[in-house]
Amino acid sequence: MARAITPQRKALNTALAWGVGLLIFFPILWTILTSFQTEAQAISDPPVFLFFDWTLENYAVVQERSDYGRFLWNSIIIAGGSTILGIIIAVPAAWSMAFVPSKRTKDILLWMLSTKMLPAVGVLYPIYLIFIRMGLLDTKIGLVIVLMLINLPIIVWMLYTYFKEIPGEILEAARMDGATLKEEVLYVLTPMAIPGIASTLLLNVILAWNEAFWTLNLTAAKAAPLTAFIASYSSPEGLFYAKLSAASTMAIGPILILGWFSQKQLVSGLTFGAVK
Amino acid sequence: MGRITLDQVSKRFGDVEVIPPLDLTIEDGEFTVFVGPSGCGKTTLLRLIAGLEDVSAGQIRIDKQDATMVPPSKRGLAMVFQSYALYPHMSVRKNIAFPMRMAKIPADEPTRRIDAAAKALNLTDYLDRRPGQLSGGQRQRVAIGRAIVREPSAFLFDEPLSNLDAALRVGMRLEISELHERLETTMIYVTHDQVEAMTMADKIVVLHAGVIEQVGSPLELYHTPRNKFVAGFIGSPKMNFIEGEEAAKFDAHTIGIRPEHIEVSGEEGAWSGVVSVSEHLGSDTFFHVHNTGLAETITVRAGGEVGFRHGDLIFLTPRSDVIHRFDAQGLRIA
Repeated sequence: MARAITPQRKALNTALAWGVGLLIFFPILWTILTSFQTEAQAISDPPVFLFFDWTLENYAVVQERSDYGRFLWNSIIIAGGSTILGIIIAVPAAWSMAFVPSKRTKDILLWMLSTKMLPAVGVLYPIYLIFIRMGLLDTKIGLVIVLMLINLPIIVWMLYTYFKEIPGEILEAARMDGATLKEEVLYVLTPMAIPGIASTLLLNVILAWNEAFWTLNLTAAKAAPLTAFIASYSSPEGLFYAKLSAASTMAIGPILILGWFSQKQLVSGLTFGAVK
Repeated sequence: MGRITLDQVSKRFGDVEVIPPLDLTIEDGEFTVFVGPSGCGKTTLLRLIAGLEDVSAGQIRIDKQDATMVPPSKRGLAMVFQSYALYPHMSVRKNIAFPMRMAKIPADEPTRRIDAAAKALNLTDYLDRRPGQLSGGQRQRVAIGRAIVREPSAFLFDEPLSNLDAALRVGMRLEISELHERLETTMIYVTHDQVEAMTMADKIVVLHAGVIEQVGSPLELYHTPRNKFVAGFIGSPKMNFIEGEEAAKFDAHTIGIRPEHIEVSGEEGAWSGVVSVSEHLGSDTFFHVHNTGLAETITVRAGGEVGFRHGDLIFLTPRSDVIHRFDAQGLRIA
């Protein structure tokens, strides 16, 4: 039975949704606004919100003090590399789980997910030691591997969910039509799974981009991505809210833009299979 | 050519034996229908022939070649699935072309075959559409077209009409029969609908719990069912079964009499009963008769003009030459 939705109720729902949306967005907005204030305005009490003298001074100082381009490049390599490597490993895994499941497939999926419940700091020490031994500390390749492993369970789960939605009969039809396994994956499965693979890719780029624990603990200077760039402004020598905000804005800018342009893909990807 | 032989083929899923060892030969050019209630193993049997499932034991031969271990892509069979299983990201033309693309058939040959298939199946105007833009009947035609173009040694149909509405089903049934007349290729057709089996088949294989109950032409099964299961499954409405005293008169444990083999009268007859429901189809009338003292319900088929109503007392006389006799195990007594 359809619920009757009155105009008042609709208006209330809209207002509520906007309220929640703004609440979530507020810290980001505040950061962006603060980045255009002077340090004095940034710590003034009561705080100034919109009515201040807009200045780009913080950005100039930040750019002067640290090389934004290098951090950005590291972030792109680490986030992109770990995601692509993860997908290459996860596609065959998800394929076999979705189309040739065994009695233990469900258990393996749960076990993989359970690794996400482990506090990361619990394995920091062994991983740190391994990194020292293998000379991976402060290298991009080291971070690519770690972030790939961290996000692999999610990638496999997402791809598994998409593949599950593809009727097995279509793949069987391809087999009956004379396709080899390679042709079946290349010409039938992959084109059908492209929306799923794309949203998995997007989500994992975002997760890897924002990952701060491992990127901060395993890098020093050479391989440091944008998370380290932000952290370098929360310095012990004093509070520089405005500069910290400017650095943060510069760090989240690219991913915010990526998210904005791909939001339709992301939303349809995240809710895929939830309805119908 | 497409002669398919199953030799002691069996299939188990884990500890469950869904198909005990069975032998079956399908002759070249024959239209064979596997029929049985759901869960009888008919689809599994078809998938074993297709190679989509591995046999647990036994041998499958296609044209005298051992195909037991041959992957489905190399068996030279074409399959039409219940869900059509079209490639949603390809146009109708590309769907039909796919098997030829896999077989790497060169130059103009694919185009010629696609055009011929499209013409035969009334799909010429739809070649550039995607499957999602087609109706159920058109999708089924595309699936058949995709099967035709690869010129297989046999066609396998897995309940191809069960997703279509009743009117369309009758039309497609005729089209598939005509296709068989024209191509003269072996066809194996799985269905739970005994009307499809009776109307299309050269040979019917009746399956029940993974076991072949009887193999024969439609009329053989109708006239001389080997046991009670086949007798009850083939024919519509179902055969009436009568046990006890009345059966003993015929030296049988159970006798079976088809609804169309009982004469109805308002005055006199061998048996009597009260009409519970009468179904008027125009051409025929079905009476469901209670209180006969023989079985809970006796179904009778009479002419369309016969007009008894609920509660009427009627008399029934079976045609004694078409009474089927079965022993206590349900097997036919000759």
